[in-house]
Amino acid sequence: MGIKEIVNSTKIYWLTSDGPERDVVVSSRVRIARNLADIPFPGVMSDADAESIFHAVKLAVAKRNDIEFTWLRELSDAEREILMEKHLISPDLLENHEKKAVMLSEDETISIMLNEEDHLRIQSLLPGLQLERAWNLVNELDDLLEETLGYAFCEQLGYLTSCPTNVGTGLRASAMLHLPALNIINQINSIMSTVSKLRLAVRGLYGEGSEAKGNLYQVSNQITLGHTEEEILKNLNSVIKQIIDKERKARKALYEEQRYYLEDRVFRAYGTLKYARLLTSNESMNLISDVKLGANLKIIDVDPNVLNELMIITRPSYLTKYAGKKLDSHKRDILRAELVRSKLKNLN
Amino acid sequence: MLCEKCNKKSATVHLTQIVNNKKTEMHLCEECANKSSFISHTKSFGFEPEFSFQSFLSDLIGSDYVFSDKSAASCPKCGTSQRDIAKGNLLGCAKCYDTFKEQLLPVIKRIHGTTQHVGKVPEERTAGKTKLVKKLRDLKSLLKDAVSKEEFERAAKIRDEIKALEKKLGVV
Repeated sequence: MGIKEIVNSTKIYWLTSDGPERDVVVSSRVRIARNLADIPFPGVMSDADAESIFHAVKLAVAKRNDIEFTWLRELSDAEREILMEKHLISPDLLENHEKKAVMLSEDETISIMLNEEDHLRIQSLLPGLQLERAWNLVNELDDLLEETLGYAFCEQLGYLTSCPTNVGTGLRASAMLHLPALNIINQINSIMSTVSKLRLAVRGLYGEGSEAKGNLYQVSNQITLGHTEEEILKNLNSVIKQIIDKERKARKALYEEQRYYLEDRVFRAYGTLKYARLLTSNESMNLISDVKLGANLKIIDVDPNVLNELMIITRPSYLTKYAGKKLDSHKRDILRAELVRSKLKNLN
Repeated sequence: MLCEKCNKKSATVHLTQIVNNKKTEMHLCEECANKSSFISHTKSFGFEPEFSFQSFLSDLIGSDYVFSDKSAASCPKCGTSQRDIAKGNLLGCAKCYDTFKEQLLPVIKRIHGTTQHVGKVPEERTAGKTKLVKKLRDLKSLLKDAVSKEEFERAAKIRDEIKALEKKLGVV
């Protein structure tokens, strides 16, 4: 599948496939930052530098014929935004995209962003909790690249990056967690403060202003230097496992103690999604989250992967792409409600 | 029971807090409870967890940064100046780490708590040794595991493997 097809497909590998601990962990992501020693970092490099990196990297992965490259300028605005909302490229890559390029594997498990903040950002995004596998995929591709590319590296500081926050391993690993029950029982704050003491970061995802939309949180390592890649991943993994455990216990307790409240909430959310004629982005995210919780607790029989898919296709950029033109927010709300209705109708 | 905050919806979230032996109870509706829970200041999409961290970085560097006469005023390779870095701009090239070492090391120490890399090393630098060193480390933890489980036969085998590997690496 080429990049254009990936853009146009609503099937998103990391979001609509099964994975370990999928009831709580939506996805796992590992990325490493790498730069070439002889070329200035992307912030100050010339167009010619950008070209040479593109060709050097393309050559270095020539063996892998499952990998396709494109300059971002060769995609439309909407296509670029969709790649971002599918988390296959970062929002940074959208800005000043002239010098930037992206590489994707056919199965969407691995991508390289070129000339973003660093020359290369190699990343793997997998469904469920699979940090180790994601790291192995990234590491393997890095080994291949390293055979031909001269990386910027020093014995003391490790891999050199544009920003000193990434120096050393250049490794940022994260998992996206769905934590509705911990949010209902008001435990998110205490978890956040505990986790930050362990030099990890938690943040709300898709948040606007003060809330985490759809109860999605991202947990990631903050420190990239002074620990091996394996140590970083192990630490993150064990903290995530504890959060998973707490969320599951909270779900169980809520269901046992507040059964009717929870059932009511889930079915109301489902009813609204199924019949509403206008849905804002925030409302749909929260309703989908409620139904997901219901599906996890077997209160309601809805495929969680369909709900994950809904989370993406109700995003503004996807709606724009679907309509083929820019829509004002009212028209988007109409289209969003239509799409959700048709998806849920197909289920029965 | 109505929500204590908005007095409109019925309270569905019941909180009991005990601080300094003083018990307080709160009865909130879902919406108000949610509002009081999670506060994030970020508006961005949420792709890169380090974004918030980075804006914070410019403050960190700005406050930490000492202009020095000893190191060059700007990087000979890419022209990035001391001033650029003091403003919290990104570094211009790999050489900048050398040029501004004196200023950067304290900042790096503050961010990461250390200034020594211990992770992956490109193969060419080690002539293939990295993988062997890693294997050695793995074997040593396996040995520990075997000893703790009192599986001495397995431990002996692992010990021999470690010895062979150490010989190969030139470690005495």
